[in-house]
Amino acid sequence: MERCRLVFSGSGGQGVITASIILAEAAALYDNLNAVQTQVYGAAARGGSTRADIIISNAEINFPKVYQPNVLVCLTQESYNKFYPIIRPGGILLTDARYVKLNRKVDARQKSLHMFENVMDKISKPIVFNICMLGAVIALTKLVRPDSIMQTLATRIPSDFLDMNRQALELGMTLGEHA
Amino acid sequence: MNANIKFVQGNEACVEGALYAGLDFFAGYPITPSTEIMEHLAARLPRQGGKFIQMEDEIASMCAIIGASLTGRKVMTATSGPGFSLKQEALGFAIMAEIPCVVVNVQRGGPSTGNPTHVSQGDVNQSRWGVHGDHAIVTLTASNHQDVFKMTVEAFNIAETYRTPVILLFDEVVGHLREKLVIPDEGEIPLVKRLRTAVKEGTDYHPYLPREDGRLPMSDFGSVHRYNVTGLYHDMWGFPTDDPKIVKGLQRHLVDKIESNAHQVQKYKEFYLDDAECILISYGSSARSALHVVKNRRLRGEKLGLIELQTLWPFPSQLIRERCEQAHYVLVVEMNMGQILREVKNAVNFPEKVFLANRIDGSLISDADIRNILRIIQGKGV
Amino acid sequence: MAVKDYIRERFFPHIWCQGCGHGMVLNGLLRAVEALGMSKNEIVMVSGIGCSSRISGYLDFHTLHTLHGRALAFATGVKMSLPALNIIVPMGDGDALAIGGNHFIHAARRNIDLTAIVMNNRIYGMTGGQFSPLSGYGTKETTAPYGNIDHTFDISALSIAAGATFVARTTAFHVQQLSQLIKAGILHEGFSVIEVMSQCPTYFGRKNKLGGAVEMLRNFKEITTPKGSKAKQANPELIERGILHQIEQPEYCNAYEQMTALAQKGK
Repeated sequence: MERCRLVFSGSGGQGVITASIILAEAAALYDNLNAVQTQVYGAAARGGSTRADIIISNAEINFPKVYQPNVLVCLTQESYNKFYPIIRPGGILLTDARYVKLNRKVDARQKSLHMFENVMDKISKPIVFNICMLGAVIALTKLVRPDSIMQTLATRIPSDFLDMNRQALELGMTLGEHA
Repeated sequence: MNANIKFVQGNEACVEGALYAGLDFFAGYPITPSTEIMEHLAARLPRQGGKFIQMEDEIASMCAIIGASLTGRKVMTATSGPGFSLKQEALGFAIMAEIPCVVVNVQRGGPSTGNPTHVSQGDVNQSRWGVHGDHAIVTLTASNHQDVFKMTVEAFNIAETYRTPVILLFDEVVGHLREKLVIPDEGEIPLVKRLRTAVKEGTDYHPYLPREDGRLPMSDFGSVHRYNVTGLYHDMWGFPTDDPKIVKGLQRHLVDKIESNAHQVQKYKEFYLDDAECILISYGSSARSALHVVKNRRLRGEKLGLIELQTLWPFPSQLIRERCEQAHYVLVVEMNMGQILREVKNAVNFPEKVFLANRIDGSLISDADIRNILRIIQGKGV
Repeated sequence: MAVKDYIRERFFPHIWCQGCGHGMVLNGLLRAVEALGMSKNEIVMVSGIGCSSRISGYLDFHTLHTLHGRALAFATGVKMSLPALNIIVPMGDGDALAIGGNHFIHAARRNIDLTAIVMNNRIYGMTGGQFSPLSGYGTKETTAPYGNIDHTFDISALSIAAGATFVARTTAFHVQQLSQLIKAGILHEGFSVIEVMSQCPTYFGRKNKLGGAVEMLRNFKEITTPKGSKAKQANPELIERGILHQIEQPEYCNAYEQMTALAQKGK
């Protein structure tokens, strides 16, 4: 596969960092790919705007930071306004329809999906918003197998919560596939 | 999935390496960006019967591991720049009293509180010269998690072999980034055990009388040999003395035991050196950026090579001189104002052909940063 | 075992001045250890820097002569690592409460089973007579030639407030009580502080016109009284001697063992 560079951005508490770790771990441990994940540290990680970089590739990854992502996810207006210029031409810019108004022209496929609303309607647990977002990302990119995401989740969360996460992942995938 | 394959931060790779090496006592104090090391050990050590203690400050953490090492344990502490400064006096004690221990410094921007959540490689010289008085020290580093693991094991082995503190000088990027780590099977990497004295109870044991091979067998506190340990110049019993002959002899011994074995502890990796016209020299996370550039340029037929240093001190001057002899120019890639640059210039026969590509703003040096300097050296402008 | 069996005769004569109280403390300590019938292999003596800290070198235990103020931090490492050992920490007043103040209060707070003997001679002797946190307002030292304006600590009150579970005080004059208190401190499970008022005729005595060792010792007799005595009621200025505070609290290494057992159960 081609090297894929992703940036996930949003605000502290939305699970952006966790989602980035799950995606990278799924790729590295279950899909036999190389993956590197980094994130912004400091006060921003405790409530302000957050950012995580992920690179996934079948070749060795040396430089771990992302300057021009193939995939940019913005879950708040603030992060969208801040990061939209870095999208790689022709890349995918995924936003949540409730949180982000698309008001910029970019050379990318802009996908504004109703992820948060759907999570609240169908699962009523905002905590799995990030997993729904991951579902949309993998549906749009085919980066890793959904099974790998589920296997990763199984090592991180109590089994009682797995079903809810699976629902959220599938919901995101459906949204992504129809986008 | 194999349980020995993990997707972790560099700080956790260090923890895995330390436990593999037999770490069973850790004392520390929280400081960014090294804190994950102590958090993981707080969970892991009690479960396997080891000891973990969060001390009241950085100084106390360094002192506590020295005390624990004397009872026969493999010990470590972890910190970052400001804490590393505070540990220097006790680090000097460990050098003088020849106590095996490992000190991790996950570097952040300095001086002072500096740039706590951002990367830097500004403590290279402090790790060499932070302790007062003449001394020798071993400083190791790594650029990826597999090597963080390996170098951590190596640090414990060197500490035991030479009865010395060893510094693991990582940086924020390596400490925090997540990537795959494959934990080797037991026995895959040889471990050096504590060398204990064979002297029997009732026979005089000399804790500070080197054997013919230069090594000093130890005796654990609590066992049959009782002796004195001090930070003062001391005789073969460990008793304080200012006898000029003994002072000079001990000073020489402390430096020589490292410097004359330098080749044993100098670890490095090389990439595409054989026909390299331009050699990059780097270490830690900067070496990832340097390797990125070298690989890309090689694809275009440009003859770039890379020496990645894994031992910073004692500095491998001879290696650098020999490997760089044929190069048209040398580019040191680091995130400080030229701390390894100075060593490289001193090492080679043509210091005027040694250049620096650096970054000091708290961001990881990028391929573009390095390319720009290359263009300037090649006379192409930026 | 005879008292002299605990001494490393090879390293004598000691470095202390004539009339110094520290030799008396050494004597009291040895009598305590002898009375307890302790094996030399089970005792680790950890000291810092200063006149008092040199005690460790002269004794045939495992001895660790460390950095100024840091003895308790080193001792914590030794004790945590091997809780079966008995750790005795001889300290000076500057060593324990100025440069080592942080380690002192936190060792007390943890209630780790160490026995701290604070030899309070109210001066930095080894560096030549500068004021310490225990010198006291109005005293004279080389760094307070016009009279000291620094107030002092009450070592006992500080220790109790910080969480020490055994706190006692005596003087170099009261040799019997000295060895009894050290004995009780060693037996106590938890952090023990024994403050010993000790004389430094060379600096504190001379600078403050207190006479020689004999006069200073006589003074210790006059200004102190057993805890709870009638004399104290009559004269509140008198300084109390004896066990001032002793309570039972979980000891740190024991607590660690219990926590470890819990962690291993959850494996």
